[in-house]
Amino acid sequence: MITARILIRPKEGILDAQGKTVEYALPGLGFTGIEHVRVGRIVELKAENADRLDELCEKLLANPLIEDYEIEIV
Amino acid sequence: MIWGVLQFPGSCDERDAQHALELAGGETRLVWHEETDLSGIDGIVVPGGFSYGDYLRVGAIASFAPAMNAVADFAAAGGPVLGICNGFQVLCEAGLLPGALLTNEGTRFICRQGDLITGDAESPWLSELAPGTSISIPFKHQTGRYFAPPEMLDAVESNNQVAFRYAPGQNPNGSLNDIAGVTNEAGNVLGLMPHPEHAVEAFTGSTDGLRLFRGPAGVAV
Amino acid sequence: MAKHRELGLTDDEFELIKQKMDREPNAVELAMFSLLWSEHCAYKHSRKLLKNLPTEGPRVVMGPGENAGAVDIGNGWSIAFKVESHNHPSAVEPFQGAATGVGGILRDVIALGARPIAILDSLRFGELDTERTRYLVDGVVRGIGHYGNSMGIPTVGGEIYFEPPYEQNCLVNAMCVGIARTDEMVRAAAAGTGNMVVLFGSKTGRDGIGGASVLASAELEEGDASKRPTVQIGDPFEESKVLECCQELLGNDLLVSLQDLGAAGLTSSAGEMAAAGGTGIDIDVGLVPLREADMEPFEIMVSESQERMLAVVTPEMVDDVLAICTKWQTDSAVIGEVTDTGDFRILRNGELEGEIAVDALVDGCPLYDLDPVEPSEWIYGNNVTLDENAGPSEIALSLLGASSIASKQWAYDQYDSIVGSRTVHRAGAADAAVLDIPESDRAIAISIDGNGRRVAGAPFQGTIEATLECAANLACVGAEPLGVTNCLNFGNPEKPTVAWQLSQSVLGLTEACEALGLPVVGGNVSLYNETPSGPIYPTPVIGMVGELPDPFKSGGQPWEDSNWVALVGPFNPSLAGSELEKSRGQLGQGLPDVDIAPVKAAIELVRDAVRSGKIRTARDVSDGGITTLLSEMALDSGVGCDVSLAPVIALHDCSEEDALFGEAPGGFILAGDRKAIEELGGKGVQIELLGRVEGNEVKVAAGESSVEILVAEAKAAFESLPHRIEA
Repeated sequence: MITARILIRPKEGILDAQGKTVEYALPGLGFTGIEHVRVGRIVELKAENADRLDELCEKLLANPLIEDYEIEIV
Repeated sequence: MIWGVLQFPGSCDERDAQHALELAGGETRLVWHEETDLSGIDGIVVPGGFSYGDYLRVGAIASFAPAMNAVADFAAAGGPVLGICNGFQVLCEAGLLPGALLTNEGTRFICRQGDLITGDAESPWLSELAPGTSISIPFKHQTGRYFAPPEMLDAVESNNQVAFRYAPGQNPNGSLNDIAGVTNEAGNVLGLMPHPEHAVEAFTGSTDGLRLFRGPAGVAV
Repeated sequence: MAKHRELGLTDDEFELIKQKMDREPNAVELAMFSLLWSEHCAYKHSRKLLKNLPTEGPRVVMGPGENAGAVDIGNGWSIAFKVESHNHPSAVEPFQGAATGVGGILRDVIALGARPIAILDSLRFGELDTERTRYLVDGVVRGIGHYGNSMGIPTVGGEIYFEPPYEQNCLVNAMCVGIARTDEMVRAAAAGTGNMVVLFGSKTGRDGIGGASVLASAELEEGDASKRPTVQIGDPFEESKVLECCQELLGNDLLVSLQDLGAAGLTSSAGEMAAAGGTGIDIDVGLVPLREADMEPFEIMVSESQERMLAVVTPEMVDDVLAICTKWQTDSAVIGEVTDTGDFRILRNGELEGEIAVDALVDGCPLYDLDPVEPSEWIYGNNVTLDENAGPSEIALSLLGASSIASKQWAYDQYDSIVGSRTVHRAGAADAAVLDIPESDRAIAISIDGNGRRVAGAPFQGTIEATLECAANLACVGAEPLGVTNCLNFGNPEKPTVAWQLSQSVLGLTEACEALGLPVVGGNVSLYNETPSGPIYPTPVIGMVGELPDPFKSGGQPWEDSNWVALVGPFNPSLAGSELEKSRGQLGQGLPDVDIAPVKAAIELVRDAVRSGKIRTARDVSDGGITTLLSEMALDSGVGCDVSLAPVIALHDCSEEDALFGEAPGGFILAGDRKAIEELGGKGVQIELLGRVEGNEVKVAAGESSVEILVAEAKAAFESLPHRIEA
């Protein structure tokens, strides 16, 4: 069994409304010098092997039109 | 006409869609997400709501339902399919419509009445709505910002696939080109974020939604 | 500290428990007693008072004691409704606190066998000048929207108020209205020795252990972040599946009884079902579907994991019940049995872990008498926020922009108020929400109205006023009230001043309901809303449901150019307890007495006028008085008005300021054809023509004083709230 950690992020260039909202709120909370905040998702799973993980990402876990993904085998 | 209205765990507006279709003169039945037999059905509506709680990604899990495979076949054969709000999201995830829906620019859920301007699309759904016609319909969603990558967006525009745009100044979510609804290339599949099924009773202040629901019957084969 | 004290039981209560059990309770048993004998579950300090409320009437189908109240709406259908508080959890985690508050009240209505069709919320916070209050307001509104919208149930109304005494103790009261076939509603009582107990819905985890109940029985201290792990997390998607599952189970007549799990989880649900039925009950915690494998029996018994229901099922029906749960993708399991022992037994995989007599646990808690003492002076302090040189026009604009008065559209826009296709008047659109009920060939109207500041000035009169206001709001849409639900939010009842406030308020509620002929069909009490700096304003929140014959004749229309404007009712304005008095920092004890009969007559007159269709614009005068209401009505239509309050001054011999900005019950502004208004005369209700709808200014003359503001200026003031919330 392997453990995979998949990081899914909004594609560069697409307005990330949640990321922008977080970024704008930071100075008011006393955090300066932080920029380019992007909000994504992590999916963790256990599988017998890594054979179909790309297919799983392309078909379900991420929407290739608007998201990028990275698979990490832990 | 006999309409099938899809029902997923978490669908909210399916009965409202049935009610609207019946007011427009059709018969309806609910199609459970596990069903695949659409025989006898003349048209499909994928309703609004929060199928699967919007978990993972809006419309993503529902797009894999067995019923959606049947809908894909139905659409390929030219049958009229309408996706409303979550239904629009499901159709995009299923690849039956171009583009994707993202979180509203303001990130908040919004619910208010607004105006849509009919686009140039040719579709059985628009048989009562000539290009440029304005209709008053409620907007209610949190994930309604229409997006398509540049080439796809150009194709949607140049192929006359824009069904509706938000009236000037009324874009509630940052949708590209103020797009509120699109069709597929053939025009038989139409998706829109606003809710025409909530503009069919006089006591709500607008019955413009009926013009959309009566569309396909107006060109019935 | 002794264990029982850590769990919130007094030494005397602990002694009583030992006496009833004839031994010391073990850990599981002690945990269960500590929850069911908490204020939140046992109503120790309020139960004796509440016995006075009128609860019967010809339309009552379900009264207090069931999961929710219900009234007959005709044609074989009933409307179920109830209001409940989730104050302490919302102060700790506003999004989840408000969301689970909505989830909880929905489950009460679902447990009756009704399908929820509307949600309303009454919210109270401190002033918007602190970061923390803005955080709470934002979280609570998002939480309510999240849960209601995801379930596909419209949020159709509510109120939001901002007053300093709520700063550390916000109030979140959620009301749910549902519809059910009268003969298919189900009661909660367990019945039938040998019947099975089935738990379905979410898996049970560690949510809220020591949560809602304990928090509600103790005052909030500094640094409440440590209470965060005990806040419950809601999953509206799960609840929407549970709702459909319940509807299908009841539609197929598969259940003997049904109860939802709320505060104190399995302990209170199973215990209350057994107590209501006069039976015993066995629960095996080893059979409960768990989210975390290593949970202790006491944790399983007190867990407040959300979205769970408990049903009693005859053995032959169990397989069908479990199959329907599977269809709706919701976990289910047989976890126990109804017995005739009269005992609540807790087992783990067959081994006995605890055993308590049901009546000792559920009804054995001592009830306390209150020790009321009227305070000699105003205990809540005062702030001056109005420039002392402000003239009438400046005062008018200042009141319109006051947080409690300004438009709440920012919040209503975040709620789906139209799903379900019944909504005739959306949130914020008229004085009450109106929903079409085609099943019974009529419509219903719903309003939720509370008052804190005025009740603090005079709890008896103030509570009467709140009840009358609710009925007045219903009248403005042509509705006749059928029943009342209430949530009583007060401070620590062991303190004499709060005890006085609570007793007087319940007396006022009783008087008003009896005078209006309205039964109280259910409600909730939330006590200990108090911090070291003092109690909240005593805040009774009244929810009312009424019926009207024709949704097309339900008022809610803006006035039109050249309409005549009239004041209807015994309205005798005074600045006592008013928003103007608050802004001048002059609040104090005492309110004028309320003569209910003429107010009732005015309510009935307005209701009939709206129902006839001849009057389509009717609003009740409340915060900020006549001038504020006229300005709001001008904003609704875009056309101003030119009126004189001379008749009001002459009739009541009040001051010019009283007339312009004074508040009181029994005042309505109607607009329409002169003839239609004059036809309302001669029925013993005061009607005064004040002037005409016209122009782009709101002009209100009162003797030598006058208000003259542009509609555009009024709009800017009235729509100023979002800037303050998102500052």
